[in-house]
Amino acid sequence: MSKSKAAGQAKAASGERLRRGLHYAAVLLLIILLMTPLLAFLFNAFSFRWFYPQFFPNELSLRAWESIFAANSKVPEALLNSTILAVGVTISSVIIGLPAARALGLYSFRGKRIVEFLVISPTIVPGIAVAMGLNINFIRWGLNGNLLGVGLVHLVPVMPYVVLTLAGVFANYDPQFEQQARSLGAGTLATFWHVTLPAIFPGIVVASLFAYLISWSQYILTFLIGAGQVITMPVLLFSTASGTNNALTAAMSLVFVAPAILILVLTARYLSGKSSAIGGFGQI
Amino acid sequence: MSFWDRWHIPIMLAPTMAVIFFLFFGGLVYGTMTSLGWQPLIGRTEISLDAYYNILFSPEMAHIFWQGLLLTVWVSVGSTFISAVLALLSALLLRRTFVGKRLATFLFQLNLPVPHVVAAIGILFLFSQSGVLSRAGAQLGLFDFPRDFPVMVRDRFGIGMMLSFVWKEVPFIGVIVLAILQSLGVDYEDLARSLGANRWQRFRYVILPLVMPGILSGSIIVFAFTFGSYEVPAILGVRFPRTLPVTAVRFFRNPDLNARTEGMAISIIISIIVFFLVLGYMWLSRRAIRQD
Repeated sequence: MSKSKAAGQAKAASGERLRRGLHYAAVLLLIILLMTPLLAFLFNAFSFRWFYPQFFPNELSLRAWESIFAANSKVPEALLNSTILAVGVTISSVIIGLPAARALGLYSFRGKRIVEFLVISPTIVPGIAVAMGLNINFIRWGLNGNLLGVGLVHLVPVMPYVVLTLAGVFANYDPQFEQQARSLGAGTLATFWHVTLPAIFPGIVVASLFAYLISWSQYILTFLIGAGQVITMPVLLFSTASGTNNALTAAMSLVFVAPAILILVLTARYLSGKSSAIGGFGQI
Repeated sequence: MSFWDRWHIPIMLAPTMAVIFFLFFGGLVYGTMTSLGWQPLIGRTEISLDAYYNILFSPEMAHIFWQGLLLTVWVSVGSTFISAVLALLSALLLRRTFVGKRLATFLFQLNLPVPHVVAAIGILFLFSQSGVLSRAGAQLGLFDFPRDFPVMVRDRFGIGMMLSFVWKEVPFIGVIVLAILQSLGVDYEDLARSLGANRWQRFRYVILPLVMPGILSGSIIVFAFTFGSYEVPAILGVRFPRTLPVTAVRFFRNPDLNARTEGMAISIIISIIVFFLVLGYMWLSRRAIRQD
């Protein structure tokens, strides 16, 4: 009796061990599948004369990296343009979106659902139609082929996520604190700086993260409005990728991706998978 | 009632609404007018459906459009569906407690900030005929020449594009599902288990209905994005058939102004298709969730 019970327990334990082993194998497979494309960039970026069918490049070289930082390289210009655009779009989208987010998060008013629908509508209509439509007007207004015009178009895919993120923060925000601060003699600016801003700060970080990443990764809007004049990292990478220099393409991709990953890692602690803002990753 | 009390909400909404109306709807409306042949800059002010007629029915363009539509629908619906299924499975894997869970979850999310241009290039490096996989096969003696490796990127069936989208979107939908699963805890399942539900029943009647809204909202975003995506099909596609966004941009950049009208018309058609499919999908999924 006790013998068969022990045998049953041993069987259950080995079943559990098998199950755990399978689970580990599946997790490992998943992570390998997701990491392999990224590793392919490292292989290519340091390869030189990597002939078929060598699996590892026989010769390692820094040629690609040298040409990225060479005097005639367009990478520094592209990095600068991408950074100016992303920072400018981030700051202006938060300033533009903050009041609307407050209205949507704190108050109920007639037509609120319509406003919410209007705000998210850019996420369900592909950007190319918008950019093509704006193209001709932007030419007329002198916004075609410069950073200002491109930045304005970047606002279209960015605004929904900034407003959604900040509205979510305001939904859990108690405006009573502001009244208390004011009754204690704080002015509008002091109240915002010392009361409102600290309370919504995590939301601003997440909104900025998405604004930055969406602008940073934008190719087709920049291409259509920038008209070949505004060289950003994705624009440069795209044209390099259509050539045959894999090492250069890979090195450039790494330069392009590194800041985005760094920013995500730095801000990850403010990010919760539950917030509706996470949808912003779908636009990158 | 002071002026501020009466008007503060419209005033607060105004800056965001200005962006939405002038840049988003402005672009769409002006684009629609252009697609109808209205180009006052070159003195054309009459409205016509010629561009749409040409795209849909003319012998030169109809096959480009319809084959392109087929490819676009196949790639976007296929990638969305595969991504959603794999994302659910991945989230179920990563939900359990195990040594190294934090590291695995971190690596799982690592490609979220990787732009689609880069994803497409990565797939090219891996799956092209002289890519990493082909070389691995050659080392194992499976292939002698790059041409022996099956064509999986720049292929007619959009396999490369789908690989690229799936690679990008599995962690995207997966993170949404994982967040829901973690916020649920194990209470519901323990309850179901105590009521005698087996493994499958707990999945089907407890977990699935709870994560379904997350999967649906994630897959709406994925579908809308993949349908209108330009970079991935431009890098991983072939000359024929091309996806609709690639054809639209090609026509639009043509120096011939008639082609421009047609490019605009294609992108308006893309917008209309995505808009109505998304609305229909939301309506259907709301109904399905209510019935569950």
